Amino acid sequence: MSDDFSRYFAPGRVHRRLYSDPAIFETEMQRIFGAAWIYVGHESQVKNPGDYFATQIGRKPVVMVRDHDGQVHVIHNQCAHRGAMVVATEKGNAPEFTCCYHGWTYHLDGKLKAVPLNHGYPRDFDPSNPKTSMRRSPRVKSYRGFVFASEAEDGPPLDEALGDMKTSLDDMIDRAPDGEIEVAGGVFKHAYNGNWKLYFENLCDAAHPLFVHRSSIEAAQQQSDSVHSDGSGEIAIRQMRQNAAPYSFWESQVGIWTYPNGHSYLGDYHDDAKLVAALKDPVFRDYLAALESKKGKAEAKRILEVRRWNSNIYPNVSLMSQFQQLRVVHPIAVNKTVVHAYTFRLKGAPEQMFRNSISFANIVNGTGSLVLTDDLEIYNRIDIGISSEGTEWLQVGRGYNSDVPEPSGGRRGINSTSEVYIRNMLDAWLGYMNHGRAGPARAAS
Amino acid sequence: MGAPARRVPHRNAMAKRLRSRTKTRAPTRRRVTPLRVRVARPAPALDQHRCEQFLLHEARLLDDAKFDDWLALFAADAWYWVPSEPNQDNPHDTVSLIYDDRRLLETRVRRLASPRMYSQEPRSRTSRIVANVTIEDAEGRSATVRSKFAMIEYRRETQRLFAGTATHRLVQTENGIRIAWKRVDLVNCDAPMDGITVPF
Repeated sequence: MSDDFSRYFAPGRVHRRLYSDPAIFETEMQRIFGAAWIYVGHESQVKNPGDYFATQIGRKPVVMVRDHDGQVHVIHNQCAHRGAMVVATEKGNAPEFTCCYHGWTYHLDGKLKAVPLNHGYPRDFDPSNPKTSMRRSPRVKSYRGFVFASEAEDGPPLDEALGDMKTSLDDMIDRAPDGEIEVAGGVFKHAYNGNWKLYFENLCDAAHPLFVHRSSIEAAQQQSDSVHSDGSGEIAIRQMRQNAAPYSFWESQVGIWTYPNGHSYLGDYHDDAKLVAALKDPVFRDYLAALESKKGKAEAKRILEVRRWNSNIYPNVSLMSQFQQLRVVHPIAVNKTVVHAYTFRLKGAPEQMFRNSISFANIVNGTGSLVLTDDLEIYNRIDIGISSEGTEWLQVGRGYNSDVPEPSGGRRGINSTSEVYIRNMLDAWLGYMNHGRAGPARAAS
Repeated sequence: MGAPARRVPHRNAMAKRLRSRTKTRAPTRRRVTPLRVRVARPAPALDQHRCEQFLLHEARLLDDAKFDDWLALFAADAWYWVPSEPNQDNPHDTVSLIYDDRRLLETRVRRLASPRMYSQEPRSRTSRIVANVTIEDAEGRSATVRSKFAMIEYRRETQRLFAGTATHRLVQTENGIRIAWKRVDLVNCDAPMDGITVPF
């Protein structure tokens, strides 16, 4: 596809084909998921030598694995012989990888170790040739435990690609009194029939909760607090009620920030007293005491004053630090997406805090959540809607022309209901699609 | 000429009476109520038959979308749990497809009645089959009952099949059998799936 993709943009508008054209999707898999730094997993998922975690980069099955020297690799989950998937379980520990077809065996870094019946191959068969390996991702880099991989040999280093969004990853870690976090508590996998970009375009959408989530807002508002709860229901109901924040609140109290390369975050819309800090909550008081004793009062104060809702690191990972949530978006097809949602444990924090995060995950990221199910419905409906040619151009122009430049090189929305973060992602998209790297193309903006 | 002229309205009136009687007798209008026992009598044991009848009654309420009546089957401090992992230990340290204490279960049921629940527009239709009922343990007025279920859900041109094991803790109260807790283990609990909106 040698298109100039800028023809799919007009000021404040994007063409529906970005979300519905299989050919564009194929190009995205090469030029975005085949080039950008893609979040793969967290080092705590492969703590010990031999630990592995099977996942995907775009549609490609890969394995994140820690070798015997402690180094983390990302290798393609594919035997170099006949192409069969080698690692068949999602996670585990193995001294080496063996393909179940003909017994080709690989070291943990993907290099070929042994081949049964190896006298029968052609003369030029050379087990030390990299082509007989399980292919390694050419660039793998961890930022403080968050492992990213790029399928491109060259490109900007991870540090540069993340830029100021590193502060959102820092925020996840800083909140742990012991300065360490680990993936814990399982995973949600939700699926919808719609394009992968729709998910990211909803995560910082401050104009939708009051409308889409009306049913859960009203049900939660009407819920009597005197009914028995073991604590988990209370957190869920507080969260749903907070979604009732009026438009005036979003437009005056909450901000939205964007950064180069498609990244963005939404300011926190929860008053601490309502949700996270709940100053009278004994669990939070214990947590604060632990944080202050490990980091000092001033640093603890600084950490807790960083209040961000969803932080999106383009193109495939979103974080929410106050309840230690991380979501990974896996594009499957132009109209099929799977999202994996993880929870982290803050080391050194009270155990109940982690349990509160689990309750929060259930209501915000759960497959049976009273909130997320209506978001999934929206993605499905957009996919049905855009199959019509009735509206060729979709609006992403809210706040258009009112963005405020930031010293970081990014832009701040005039207020949190601005669609600046969508336009910012589309700018990065256009850069990748036209030039192979995120560009300040200012396509739809 | 007079007689036939009288017969016509007479027939119509009969037909009308018949129609209205048929209407009141339609099975869909019959109210399904929980099993009850009189306060004065000692409660009958939670035997195999009564447990089975209770599970069938519960499945029917859900299929008929009588969610308020379904909620009324639960005890005041009940919980309802659909784990996200096979053999999941507890709902506190691992995420769950659904984990509702009584307060959240009430909210869930109230939302199901909302015309603004967009993920239920159009509504799902479901058909449940309950089988292989065994009483795992029973003491006094309580019993843990294990059953297998299959639930077919149809919505917007898509049919989904859920299957798994349900475990009910049933308690005989003065007002009938109540669910102290219910755990539903789906065979595909860890599969990627679109939203779950109708309880199992």
